[in-house]
Amino acid sequence: MSSFTSLIGGYDISKLLGDSLRAGVNVQSAAFALGAVGLNLHYGFTGLLNVGMVAFMAAGSYGMAIIFTQGLFGGSILLGILGGLVFATIIALLVGIPALRLRSDYLAITTIAIGEVMRISFRSRRLLDITGGPFGLPSIEDRSADISLADRIGRDWNPFFSVDDPTKTFGFWRLDFDAKTLWLMIIGWTLVVLCSLLVWKLIQSPWGRVIKAIREDEDAARALGKNVFGYKLQSLIIGGCIGALAGIVRTLDSGFVESNQFKPQTTFFIWTVLILGGAASKWGPMLGAFVFWFVLVFVEEALRQVIINADDMVWMGLEANDVGRMRLIMMGIMLAALMIWRPQGILGKKEEALLDAR
Amino acid sequence: MPANSSESHASDARPTARNAAQMAVRTAQPEPGSVKPDAILTIDNVSRSFGGLKAVDVKRLEVQRGVITAFIGPNGAGKTTFFNLLTRFDDPDTGAWNFNGKPMQDQRSYAIAKAGMVRTFQLTKSLGKMSVMDNMMLGAKNQSGESLSRALLKGSWRKQERRVEAQATDLLGRFNLAHMRDEYAATLSGGQRKLLEMARALMSEPELILLDEPMAGVNPALVQSLLGHVQALRDDGVSVLFIEHDMDVIMGISDWIVVLAEGSVIAEGTPEQVSQNDVVVDAYLGTSFAGATGDGARSSEGDEGNQQ
Ligand SMILES: Nc1ncnc2c1ncn2[C@@H]1O[C@H](COP(=O)(O)OP(=O)(O)OP(=O)(O)O)[C@@H](O)[C@H]1O
Ligand SMILES: [Mg+2]
Repeated sequence: MSSFTSLIGGYDISKLLGDSLRAGVNVQSAAFALGAVGLNLHYGFTGLLNVGMVAFMAAGSYGMAIIFTQGLFGGSILLGILGGLVFATIIALLVGIPALRLRSDYLAITTIAIGEVMRISFRSRRLLDITGGPFGLPSIEDRSADISLADRIGRDWNPFFSVDDPTKTFGFWRLDFDAKTLWLMIIGWTLVVLCSLLVWKLIQSPWGRVIKAIREDEDAARALGKNVFGYKLQSLIIGGCIGALAGIVRTLDSGFVESNQFKPQTTFFIWTVLILGGAASKWGPMLGAFVFWFVLVFVEEALRQVIINADDMVWMGLEANDVGRMRLIMMGIMLAALMIWRPQGILGKKEEALLDAR
Repeated sequence: MPANSSESHASDARPTARNAAQMAVRTAQPEPGSVKPDAILTIDNVSRSFGGLKAVDVKRLEVQRGVITAFIGPNGAGKTTFFNLLTRFDDPDTGAWNFNGKPMQDQRSYAIAKAGMVRTFQLTKSLGKMSVMDNMMLGAKNQSGESLSRALLKGSWRKQERRVEAQATDLLGRFNLAHMRDEYAATLSGGQRKLLEMARALMSEPELILLDEPMAGVNPALVQSLLGHVQALRDDGVSVLFIEHDMDVIMGISDWIVVLAEGSVIAEGTPEQVSQNDVVVDAYLGTSFAGATGDGARSSEGDEGNQQ
């Protein structure tokens, strides 16, 4: 489909809106939404300060990629995904068993540490044969069967892919996607919806009542005979597995894993998404991810256009190649503003945020 | 559990146990560590120090089943710390205690509550961002929907949920909180939180309930009805151990009183025996109380412990 342009005094509004919307609904956004759904269970409902969501994403991504590349289960993607979830569960147990018995700040320290430990170990040359060390696994291929993950998911299993017209795109305006992206967007956002509903159903049950009680006051829950440690561990595992799905979706999309994809800042983006959308809300993580990516790209593109249209292509001392860094600064400012004027996020309950003041 | 209480206390004996238990406890010796005819809780050598301060040092204490035992003593005597130790919210330096004949000192706090020994907190712990009703329903024991494997199978717990809700509605009514059922617990007043905390603990149908100053901050008219409720609990066979400073309340409903000072039990006895005990009058009650009940005319200035 052809894209129309609407230039207003040198500004390309169509590109500005189109690119922002595209980022908001893309696979990357779905992956962040999934991470935020997991974090919502951890922090929004259980009150667990998990500052290492990226560790669970890494477990999912590397777990799946390693199983696939080593041809462990005949290059099955589904078993690879299962392996990623098992890996995430092991990480949750490793972190949770020592740290969940202690005060909540210890979990924060442990989770942030395990993320870094995993990232740096995966980079290690000693693991070259397994994780690809510093090079990662640039093309996730099953050694025995000679299939790449990207082809398996993007072609063999893709209902939108046709051999006759492999470059066919779907959609309209600036929102047209190739068959693989469309397929992964559908998988990603379907998982977001399913996981959001799963978490919500759990929270509406008596199990969820205990979980929320733990968030409010662990000792009160204990005094009523609830095994707080056990519940926290369950929450950590379930949320961690949802986080692993976030990593898996991202890897299915990109087709490669590399340790730099799992820097701590990913964790903080996911926190931003959750707080933006509204912690402890049903659809907050989903909406938060959309708004996060929309705003991020919008600000970046708007700034770029302002600079391009400015005299000498310099605006307030900024040049075009400063834009990438500026967008993070803008995001930080927005988050701070949000905390001041709307601490409950977009979909959070205002009454609940105000109760903290009592 | 000591030999004297190892007789079977079959539940079929409960309806008549009420008066029997109250009568029985009166036969115990009015001295620290005295043996009770049918102890639900027996405590040996429980101690806890904070730095150089020995906050709790109880050599021996037995708590009679089916009666209301008051736990009194000056501010800082170690009453709350003692409760914390018994329910394992704090770790004792030494000590062992049996609840219903089972050793509890190595149990985790949730397991102690599950076993039927449930406590409330002096500083209330309301679950602020949950409704009053959810606070209450949390208290119920053995809820199948609380296990992860069944949480998603609503059919498996819907019925029980309704029963629990009915039970909670009934208790909320008795604690004058029925109109608040859908409000966030954080919106309750201080006194209402005390009420909620006690009602919530009762949801678990404890065998022994440990109440830490349940009446503090509750208005006098409601105190009267709460006292009635506590007595009704006892009549249902629940054993009550409660910390309280208000002497009218203590004298009004307790069957037995344990006095703690500087971490140790300094006296035990029926209300009459304790109010006439010189050591207790000196350490805690002060003369105004002794005078008010016409028991003595000793002069001493300290009666702070008496204030609420
Ligand atoms: N965590 C703690 N760390 C240090 N000291 C403590 C701690 N908890 C209690 N104490 C000390 O132990 C002593 C007993 O305190 P506790 O709270 O048990 O008193 P109490 O009998 O409940 O008093 P009140 O009637 O005022 O509630 C006090 O001197 C207190 O300062
Ligand atoms: Mg106290």
